This record gives sequence, C-alpha cells and structure tokens, in this order.
Amino acid sequence: MTYEAVRAQTLSKRYRLGERLPYKSLRETVSTGFRRIVSREEPPRREWVWALRDVSFKVSPGEVVGIIGRNGAGKTTLLKILSRITEPTEGRVELRGRVGCLLEVGTGFHPELTGRENVYLSGAVLGMTKAEIARRFDEIVAFAEVESFLDTPVKRYSSGMYLRLAFSVAAHLDTEILLVDEVLAVGDAAFQKRCLGKMGDVARGGRTVLFVSHDMGAVSALTQRTLYLESGTIVMDGPSHTVIGRYLADSLARNGAAGRPISYYRREENRESPVKVRSITVGSQSEGAPTVFTGERLMIRLGLEVFRRLSGANVTLVVKNLQGQRVTTVFSPDHGFTLDLAPGEHEVRVVIEDLSLAPGEYFLDVGINQSTRTRAFEVILDYPLVRVVANQRLVQWLDRPWGAVCVFSAHWEIG
Amino acid sequence: MPGHGIAAQKLIVIEPSSRWRGPAWEELWSYRELLLFFIWRDIKVRYKQTVLGAAWAILQPVLAMVIFTIFFGHMARVPSNGLPYPLFSYAGLLVWTFFAQATGQAAQSLVGSAQLITKVFFPRALVPTAAVMGGLVDLAVASPLILLLMARYGVWPGWHVLFAPVYVLLAVATAEGVGLWLSALNVEYRDVRYLVPFLIQLWLFVTPVIYPASLALPMLKRVGVPGWVLGLNPMVGVVEGFRAAVLGTTGAPADLLLASTLSAAAILISGTYYFRSVARSFADVV
Repeated sequence: MTYEAVRAQTLSKRYRLGERLPYKSLRETVSTGFRRIVSREEPPRREWVWALRDVSFKVSPGEVVGIIGRNGAGKTTLLKILSRITEPTEGRVELRGRVGCLLEVGTGFHPELTGRENVYLSGAVLGMTKAEIARRFDEIVAFAEVESFLDTPVKRYSSGMYLRLAFSVAAHLDTEILLVDEVLAVGDAAFQKRCLGKMGDVARGGRTVLFVSHDMGAVSALTQRTLYLESGTIVMDGPSHTVIGRYLADSLARNGAAGRPISYYRREENRESPVKVRSITVGSQSEGAPTVFTGERLMIRLGLEVFRRLSGANVTLVVKNLQGQRVTTVFSPDHGFTLDLAPGEHEVRVVIEDLSLAPGEYFLDVGINQSTRTRAFEVILDYPLVRVVANQRLVQWLDRPWGAVCVFSAHWEIG
Repeated sequence: MPGHGIAAQKLIVIEPSSRWRGPAWEELWSYRELLLFFIWRDIKVRYKQTVLGAAWAILQPVLAMVIFTIFFGHMARVPSNGLPYPLFSYAGLLVWTFFAQATGQAAQSLVGSAQLITKVFFPRALVPTAAVMGGLVDLAVASPLILLLMARYGVWPGWHVLFAPVYVLLAVATAEGVGLWLSALNVEYRDVRYLVPFLIQLWLFVTPVIYPASLALPMLKRVGVPGWVLGLNPMVGVVEGFRAAVLGTTGAPADLLLASTLSAAAILISGTYYFRSVARSFADVV
C-alpha cells in the first residue's frame, strides 16, 4: 500500500465578507442586540465569500509542488488550512509527518531579544525541539553570517542581517512536509539567490514541499508539478512548465479587449503604500497588450498616483516571457532616474530603444521601492505587456521556431 | 518504492471541528516545550523593558502595602484580624498582585500575539497560559519579603503553611479561567481591552485584601445571606485561605472555601470550552 504525504479532499473555506475589516465591540453588540429585541429587527443578512471551493489533490512523499495564481485566488488560504492556522469550512486533509510552515520570514522573532535567543524562540515556534535547535545552532548561525552579533538584540540588526538570520532558522526546519509562502520575496538579490539555492537543497532532500510563489522563474526552477488556483478552485494541475504557460497565457487572453483592472495584477493591497500604479500603457495604445515589431522602439507609460511625497524611490521593470523566464530587468537608478514626486497623479515614461525580443508574448512586473533592502511600496506582476511579432522587413523566414528570447541585428561578411 | 516508511509517520487529520469541544490535553502536552519558551520570552522581555527589572515584581506589592497601611490601616483603622496591618495586607497583596497581573496579561495576550497566530499553528491556549505562568515567577520573586516582615513583627508560621501552595494553585486556576475568558472575548470584541483594568479594580474591592472577610460576614448574616456566598468570588477563598495558612489566623469557614473551589473550577471549565469554541476562528478575526 502506498501513502500520500498530503491528501486534500473537497476542501472549502468560507469567509464572511468584510470579516477582517471592522472589529466588533461588546458595547455595540449589546446595544444592537437590545434594540433588536425591543423593535424585533431582523439581523442583517451576512454575505459570504468562498476563498476556496472543492479543492482536492494528492501529493506523494518527496514531491515538490508549486502553487500559483493571482492575488486572492486562495493560495495563502490553502497553505493556512494545511498548516492548521485556520480551519476549513468543509472537506478534509490528511497529512503524514510533521508539518513546517513558513508564511513569513522571522515568525516568532522578538526585537528585544538577542540573535541567539531569537534562534531558539523562532525555532520553537516553527516546531523544532530545543534539542534539534541546539544541534543545528552552529549551522544556522554560519548560514546567516551573524556570528559576531549573536548577543546583540535583533532590534539593532540591519534589515539584511535580520532577514538572513530569520531565513536561516526557517531553512533549517527539519519537518517531513514543508509549506512555503513567498518568503523569497524579501532581501537583496544576492540573498534571494542564496535562499533559492537553499530551497533547492531542501527540494532535493527528499522532503515534501508545497511552494506558493508569484515568481514563475522560482517555481519552474524548484518544482516539477504545479497547481494553478483561480477564484478558489484548481483550474490546472500538471507539469510546472505547462501550467505556468497556461497561467501566463490566461492573463494575456483575459486582458484582451475588456482589460482587467490593474488591481488584478497587484501582489497585495497595502493601504500604507505612498504610491500606486494606476495604469500601464504601451505606446499610444490605451489597453490590452499591443502588437509591436521586433527591433522597434518601445515606450511604456506608467500612470502613478502618489499619496505621500516620494523622494529617491526606484522603479524596477522586469520583462518576462511566456515560460516565466526573466528576459531583462530595467532598474531606473542604472539610468540615473529616481522618483521625486509630490502627491497627485503623474505619468512616468520609459523608452526602450531597439526592442530586440524574439516574437512571442511578454509580461511586465513593476516594482516601486525606496531601496532594494526595504519592502516594496508597490508590486505589479505578470501584466500583459506586448505581443512581439517579427518585422517582415528584417526577417525572411517568419514562421520558424525562434528557440530564443533575443534577436540581435547582425552583420555578415566574408573576410 | 514510493511511500515506503511513511506509513510509520504520524497521521494528522484536518477537518472542520464541532463547536463544543473540550481541550485537547494530548496536543497541549506535546507543545509543553513551546509553553516554556513563551513563559521564558515573556519574563525576559518584561524584565528587560523595565528600568528596575525584577525589582518591579517586589516593588508593586510593597508600594501597595505601604499606601494601604497609611490609608486603611492608620487613617481608616480597618481591622486586620489582630495582626500588624502591613503584614496582613502584604500577605493578601502577594496572591492578589499575582492574580491581577496574570489576568491582565492573559487578557491582552492573544491580541498581542496576532502576528504569530496568523502565521503559525500551535494550541492557542498556550498564549494566555504562558501569561499566567509568567506571573508565578513574579510571585516567587516577591514572596521572600513576607518572611522578613514576619520576622520583623515576630509572627511565626505554623504547620498549616504547608497549605499555602494549595491556595496559590487555586489562584492559578482562577487566573487561568478568567484569562481564557477575557483573552478570547478580547479577540472578538475590541472594547474588552478597556474593561479589563476596570474589572480588576472592582474585583479588588470585593476581595478581602484591604479588609478581613470577618468584616463582611456579619453584614451578610444580618440580611440573611449565608456566608459562603462570598466564596463565589474564588479570590475570597484564595486570599483568606492563603493568609490563614501563612500567618496562622483563624481560617475562612470551610463552606466558603468549598464555594471558592467550585466557583474557580466552574470558571476554568467554562473558560476552556468557550476558548476552544472561539479559538478555531482566531486566525480569521485577529
């Protein structure tokens, strides 16, 4: 008999609409209850939303599975049910083995405590025993490279040191099943790369991993199989490259003429953010992914709404292809450009000369942040950017397989 | 061979739980190490954040004792069972301060741990329990001072001092029960936070900390209410019992102590059930 590591059957989770917004107060509950008794008012009808609906899947031991989907598709809800943080409304899950859950970096950290104390505390919170933490303590500290600051309270750590230590504790979590949510979306590029490497080790280590991410590159690098969630249901479950292709193609198709609101592509709604992207347009086109010719000049216009004064903020643009590979990253400080804007509406124009992309469909990620080490103000993911077609004037053989991402102009001669 | 060896792994089943469910003792026991970590963290942070550190644990009941002695002992001449008033009030304040601190901390604990509760699973009851147990450490720090006071006034404990831990246990049960109720209510209703200090203050006045229960009993008798009714406030049994055990005063009547014990048990059991019925949705509400 074979056993699955995870078996989820018809999982559903229902939230009351707006449940997270205002807190109830005892005073109000008592007074409205009283009024209702006196005047026989009907209680207001509650509206419910299904964050997850009839989700079933099985994961074999040692399998590494990606979970992708838009903001609000139910990915995090699924992880929270699997990790028992929240209860399902319906359905059943069977898990074999200890479950470790990494929903954020630094779970259980307390700023007043020292690095050493936090390693123990965070380890215990994540489910390690004291003996296990003690055994792996040196490894954890070595990976984080904070040896000389072990007895300093973490509130004095730089954000980079803090992240390294926090991730390192999490990365040494030794459970049979590991649930990971987007923890790689923090830190500088070098650290992200090391985290990815460590995650790769974990994935190859024979453990069962469920990995939620918006980063299609990371998902395709780490997983063989991916679940694609949309509006709380699994729309596709299969080999990662196929599922990622479908996911990106979907956002392109759906954008089409109707055009999805920009909030659909936003990674998360952050009410404190000083700036939001309100529109992304290419050239003079007002919506949808326009068709452009390879080798052309491309102008991307970002409509921004600034709520609080920005000074020295960076804009990062990442262009991706249908496989989720990053084709290029355009980082505004590289071109001596930063955002210094007063509150109000603004338009930022970026001109890319000589767009040397191979024919195909391309997507854009936009990030606005103060520095690469701090949390981004605004992140837009997988916005359908352009459909690039070959320029007939330049290319003779149009319908060939391109097998590449770039087209260079070349000169031939015989020497 | 796929799945080989995994059969031996413990099976965890996640299902919607029924609303009325008692505590999962087995699960709580398996998380005992985390409970110790939480207690350790709370104490460490509390002592680090206050200028006076651990001295604060002694200073609080001592200052209250000094003020009570001046106003109630000297000015109002509140009787104190024939004992010097400072000793009388400090004995009561020891267990009372534990209860007030433990309950207050426990009531805030869940909301204060919102960040943790939404990011990782553990039995939620660990959080208020750790707050209550942390109060015991403060009690232990403040306790030796009563021996000094007893030596100063020439009062020697008898064999019944052996019962003192029983009353501390009763105080722990009461604080845990009230703490479970308040912490869970606090998640659902955010104005509970403002009610807690007020509630504890009122509770002090209906508990014989400042005055002896022997002052209130005759009044009850006059209106025809049996004395054990006072014991429905479990802290009456705790304070009277603890004082009798340590200082050797005439103890509280047995029926009053019984009423306190049963009342504490009722609060604890109902608190556990209420907490469990609400705990399943904490992460959605916090």
